[in-house]
Amino acid sequence: MYFAVFTALLVGTALTVFAATLDLGSLNAPVALGIATVKATLVALFFMHVWHASEKLTKLVVVAALFFLMLLLGLTMTDYATRLWS
Amino acid sequence: MQDSASVSASATTAVHDHHGDAHAAHNPALLHHFAEPEQQRDAASLGMWVFLATEVMFFGGLFCAYLVYRRWYFSDFAAASKSINMWLGATNTAVLICSSLTVVLAVWAAQTARRTLLIISLVLTMLLGVAFLAIKGVEYKEKFDEHHVPGASFSFDHEEIPGHPGEYANPKHAQMFFSLYFVMTGLHALHMIIGLGIFAWLLTMSWKGRFTPEWHTPVEIGGLYWHFVDIVWIYLFPLLYLIDRHK
Amino acid sequence: MSMSAIPLQIPTPPPVERENYLNKEYGVWSWLLTTDHKRIALLYLISITFFFFIGGFFALLIRLELLTPAGDLVQADTYNKLFTMHGMVMVFFFLIPSIPAVLGNFLVPLMIGAKDLAFPKINLLSWYLYIIGGVMMMHCMLTGGVDTGWTFYAPFSTSFTNTKIVEAGLAIFVAGFSSILTGLNFVVTIHRMRAPGMTWSRLPLFIWAHYATSIIQLLGTPVVAVTIVLVAAERALHLGIFDPKLGGDPLLFQHLFWFYSHPAVYIMILPSMGVITEIIACFSRKRIFGYHFVAFSSIAIAVFGFLVWAHHMFVAGISVYSALVFSFLSYAVALPSAIKVFNWTATLYKGSIRYDAPMLYAFGFLGLFTIGGLTGLFLSALGIDVHVTDTYFVVAHFHYIMVGGAVMGYLGGMHFWWPKISGRLYPEGWARLAALIVFIGFNLTFFPQFLLGYMGMPRRYYDYSHMPEFQILNVFSTAGSTVLGVGYLLPMVYFLWSMRYGRPAPDNPWKAAGLEWQTTSPPTTFNFDEEPVVTWEAYNYEEIDAPHQDAPSKEVPVAR
Repeated sequence: MYFAVFTALLVGTALTVFAATLDLGSLNAPVALGIATVKATLVALFFMHVWHASEKLTKLVVVAALFFLMLLLGLTMTDYATRLWS
Repeated sequence: MQDSASVSASATTAVHDHHGDAHAAHNPALLHHFAEPEQQRDAASLGMWVFLATEVMFFGGLFCAYLVYRRWYFSDFAAASKSINMWLGATNTAVLICSSLTVVLAVWAAQTARRTLLIISLVLTMLLGVAFLAIKGVEYKEKFDEHHVPGASFSFDHEEIPGHPGEYANPKHAQMFFSLYFVMTGLHALHMIIGLGIFAWLLTMSWKGRFTPEWHTPVEIGGLYWHFVDIVWIYLFPLLYLIDRHK
Repeated sequence: MSMSAIPLQIPTPPPVERENYLNKEYGVWSWLLTTDHKRIALLYLISITFFFFIGGFFALLIRLELLTPAGDLVQADTYNKLFTMHGMVMVFFFLIPSIPAVLGNFLVPLMIGAKDLAFPKINLLSWYLYIIGGVMMMHCMLTGGVDTGWTFYAPFSTSFTNTKIVEAGLAIFVAGFSSILTGLNFVVTIHRMRAPGMTWSRLPLFIWAHYATSIIQLLGTPVVAVTIVLVAAERALHLGIFDPKLGGDPLLFQHLFWFYSHPAVYIMILPSMGVITEIIACFSRKRIFGYHFVAFSSIAIAVFGFLVWAHHMFVAGISVYSALVFSFLSYAVALPSAIKVFNWTATLYKGSIRYDAPMLYAFGFLGLFTIGGLTGLFLSALGIDVHVTDTYFVVAHFHYIMVGGAVMGYLGGMHFWWPKISGRLYPEGWARLAALIVFIGFNLTFFPQFLLGYMGMPRRYYDYSHMPEFQILNVFSTAGSTVLGVGYLLPMVYFLWSMRYGRPAPDNPWKAAGLEWQTTSPPTTFNFDEEPVVTWEAYNYEEIDAPHQDAPSKEVPVAR
């Protein structure tokens, strides 16, 4: 099963490079980040065993870290994204 | 026929022997302030996960800075991104993915008492880590030769913005990209080096046969750290190397 | 066979001091290489007291300068260094560690029934990192110091000042790591090392408060750590992330800095709130009103505290829409704190109040924290903030919370648990006097500053001769600070005195609830002789005070 995930990760990398050479307009960045997120999720769930984690606490720690990261990025962007509005 | 006293005495002795066996079965790695090995292992595992959460925030600050400036200076960042070697970056991504696989194999080997496989996996992981750093070194050397290292000798003149022939990138904003590039990849490389140190220690312990299926916690939590370093790179690669490559 | 009983006069041997964590081993190395959380707590106690003196010394010089409108005691650059060093030392080397590293380290394992923290060696490492950071900071100060304000804003700190930013930054970075590791230790300990029967709903609220504090330490500190790395990289390696000449944004520095530094103030106040909860319950002889509300409000403060940082940047140039969002969120963060104040008040209602020294500090906390918190709401209002930002109003606001709140809680906690920590009783009369002196001195020092700020006196100015009418309030403030200083010195004197001459303390002098009181004063190295099994709810003061002769003893058997 690890080999399946491994293959998926390598395929994802190749896909990211390939997609970067296509002109998807404003979707290039979301696609690249989306594939990266899928890869990261695979590593976390299966290589780091979060999927089979016996305790909910492990999952809570992962979710909490991501939540606070989103707070940092998101709330900072409320400033930068709206500075030119006024 | 034994009299009742000696029967109970031998029964007591038998009980004591059994008790003694139970004590001997306690893993010598059990620390005194823990009640059971599971508690110790769960504590170590939770500790590493919590530490990785702090690392998410540590790199998160850099991603925040990157996000702000990429929005502001997209075309200059695109030009700068084009000048770094995408193939080296992609190779490094593949190298790290392979190393995550060898880490997972190492943990499985430790769980199933396969000492030889454990040692081989750890060695492979470290070799792949060194390969990553070597490729990084090649990249850095390229940047140094092209005068893309921020500072007094930085120059980024007459680099076209991808997709806009005739328009040139603002060198100051390009320098901003490279500042972020070096800080982010540099900090990542530092974590890689620390990871190599951790794995060197794991290798030494494996060589001495210290890990058993009952206790191999350091391999597990060392593995978690390594996977995290891989995940950071999984995000760094598209963000730094693939900004606007199609043009 | 019976004999005639002639009583034998066996001379009573002198009472042998029981073995405890203090007398188990002697010698410098038994302390410097200890992994006992209680000894590490005392190591921290000595260290943070030292830095409190250093920070206080700078405060004294600031107040002396401000006695007169002219800048006549020190030069302008020196004054900049004084308030910078006062802030950096007090924030990073006193307030942030204080309660968690001293009282938290000592009490968390005891309160949950554990033998030690989850990672005792990492605990010792935390202390060493703190010391290394402290030595670096001392060296930095002695060789010229820093003049940017404790907030070391770019681009002044990155491009223009030539004081020792990198060294100070690295000192804070190292101390920050100490903070992160302490938080990590507490979180894992509270999750994994609770005694049988100690469910989350039976935990003392002190533990909930430290859990919430640890979350902030873990998730906030790394962001300021990486910010310091960026500032150091900009100064040392010319990687100009915040440099406006390269298109950098100084506000980005402020965003990253305050993302940590606002939650940091909750690191400073939450543990103090935990202490106050324990004291109020004990000295009202009542369960805390609304246990779950207080517990969850601690978590809420920790989470909400991460949502408000840009209220430090209202006039810095952020977008007004963003300012509106942060202003609204800043009002929201006051709610959980208010819930706590209501619950404490409700606990006092119809309680059987005792006015021992810890309770006097708690009363002081209630009033002063409320004032500090309410003035925070003034500052959250955009219109008012434009008027009072960067004035003494802000200075008064945060000193009411950090000194009137956090330090009062720290002193109250030190008095409350002193018998447990040292095995001695402090002199109650002197302690009550000191509490009163602190309260009077504090208000005399800082209340005038609200007025000064509202009238327009800017902060960080060494010379206010353009508005000499400010002098009278400044004189009050300085006078108050000397009174406050006396109030702080007294406990240091009588605590030390009590270690030698104080009456030996019983195991539970306050008849308080909590597992820490079920073991000896001072505790043995491994805290409990048998692992406690908890079958009662927290703050069971009705049972403790009930006159039942035949109630099963809640005391865990301890060796005598």
